[in-house]
Amino acid sequence: MSGNADIYHEMIVDYSRNPINYGEIENHDVTFHDSNPLCGDSIDIDMKIDDNKVTDIKFHGKGCAICMACSSVLTEITKGKTLDEARAIEKNDVLSELGLEHLQAVRIKCALLSLKVLKSALYTYIGKNLEDASDVDKLKEEAANLY
Amino acid sequence: MQSTESLFENIRKDFPILQRTVRDNKKLVYLDNASTTQKPNQVIDSITDYYQNHNANIHRAVYALAEEATEAYEATRDKIANFINIQNRQEIIFVRGTTEAINLVAYAWGRPHISEGDIVVTTEYEHHSNIVPWQLVTQEKRAKLEYIRMDDNGELILDDLDKYLATGKVKLVTFSLMSNVLGTITNAEAIIEKCKAAGVLTLIDGAQAVPHMKVDIEKLGCDFFAFSGHKMLGPTGIGVLWVRKSVLETMVPFHGGGDMIREVHKYETTWNDLPYKFEAGTPNIADVVGLGSAIDYLTKIGMDNIREHEIELTKYAMEKLSEVKGLHIYGTKDMSKRGGVISFNFADVHPHDVAQIIDEEGIAVRSGHHCAQVLMERLNVAATSRASFYIYNTKEDIDILVNSLKIVARVFKL
Repeated sequence: MSGNADIYHEMIVDYSRNPINYGEIENHDVTFHDSNPLCGDSIDIDMKIDDNKVTDIKFHGKGCAICMACSSVLTEITKGKTLDEARAIEKNDVLSELGLEHLQAVRIKCALLSLKVLKSALYTYIGKNLEDASDVDKLKEEAANLY
Repeated sequence: MQSTESLFENIRKDFPILQRTVRDNKKLVYLDNASTTQKPNQVIDSITDYYQNHNANIHRAVYALAEEATEAYEATRDKIANFINIQNRQEIIFVRGTTEAINLVAYAWGRPHISEGDIVVTTEYEHHSNIVPWQLVTQEKRAKLEYIRMDDNGELILDDLDKYLATGKVKLVTFSLMSNVLGTITNAEAIIEKCKAAGVLTLIDGAQAVPHMKVDIEKLGCDFFAFSGHKMLGPTGIGVLWVRKSVLETMVPFHGGGDMIREVHKYETTWNDLPYKFEAGTPNIADVVGLGSAIDYLTKIGMDNIREHEIELTKYAMEKLSEVKGLHIYGTKDMSKRGGVISFNFADVHPHDVAQIIDEEGIAVRSGHHCAQVLMERLNVAATSRASFYIYNTKEDIDILVNSLKIVARVFKL
């Protein structure tokens, strides 16, 4: 096995079998759902937010090993971060954690779906709950243009 | 007569793309034929020859080239008539593909004929192209869209059809002759008989059937029939809609423009004769010529031989795949009811991961929902992997597929 199939290393396979932060948060402060129309990957993210800090985050849905592993890593990175820090998470923060920096174009949407959902969830929360919602539009655009 | 086996042995050399390697110098094992097929030299050459020697616009000018181009374009219409047994060539309309054909029917027949409270019946195993156009027109007209359900064997539950026909509200029953996911061959005769008795029109999506088996429109007795060129060795961007003349005469134009008119005045227009009323603008002449060559090629092999070859391959693949531990195949095991399409899932591994790992071995299979999300919901899966066969596939291709699944099993520790 070589080339593109190299992405299926131990960590990816393990995360796909035993995802971290998988599930739902009953009394969440914000939830968001999105899917990839081409492949049918589908992810929901629930967050608990206290004092502008993501105190709990869980995801659930269906997806390939890449999608599941990236969702695990992303939720792990996000937990405990302030809203500003969470907003600043970039795609390479997730991809590099799993050695997926050179993922082929056709699979990048699998890897970044959960980040898109996270950004959308953040703008939903910010738009609803904060007085200073001036750059919600910017965040919205960023989520839409992620891949 | 040549034996079928030697007939198919020689086919591969006609397909230049099958001579190339992919990824790490691997033989290309192309198993995505339900999506699109590869093209033989005969088809590619006919398109080149058209552009090199005969290119001109059709139905207009009087010079030599225009005459040749028109002849070549119209010759394909006659080839189609012979190929699927259509008595009247005026009933054959060239379109971009099956999707455009069904949209044309939904717009040009559906909008004038479907009213509030009417019902359009489709099935749970349709491609999105035979669902979405009907959602659009039934929503606009406040009509209803109903589904014939599918049983666990992947076959339609025709009692559902009886139930809807009994309402007296059904205007159209629309179904594919072969499922693009499960390969189920629809019992079209039974559906059409019921519809005829109820005075209801029928549309057949023949995209998966026409490339793989003998189709006889006259015998079927439906009212609309659609198929695509690119799934039967022909080029992309060309397809066919056939409509029974008595129905075609009740339809409004789909696109307005050149070639579809008889006389245009400032505020009114009269329409051209059939089928030109439905072929506005300069058509895809070169690809119509290419489709004609594809029909010649398939006719030479013989559709019954193709069906036999695919039954043989599918049977072999079902046997071999059934031996893979943890692999689940969807749909019927009865070969008389199944075409050369096998959808499967491998343990808990997502189809995208399966497809990517075996791609490294040179294998092209489709993974995803196959434009059939209603069916995916019915099967309660997000996606499947799908292998689909055609004339140039061999048992060796299937052996390579089955062996590659061992790599998937190793990576995912199955």
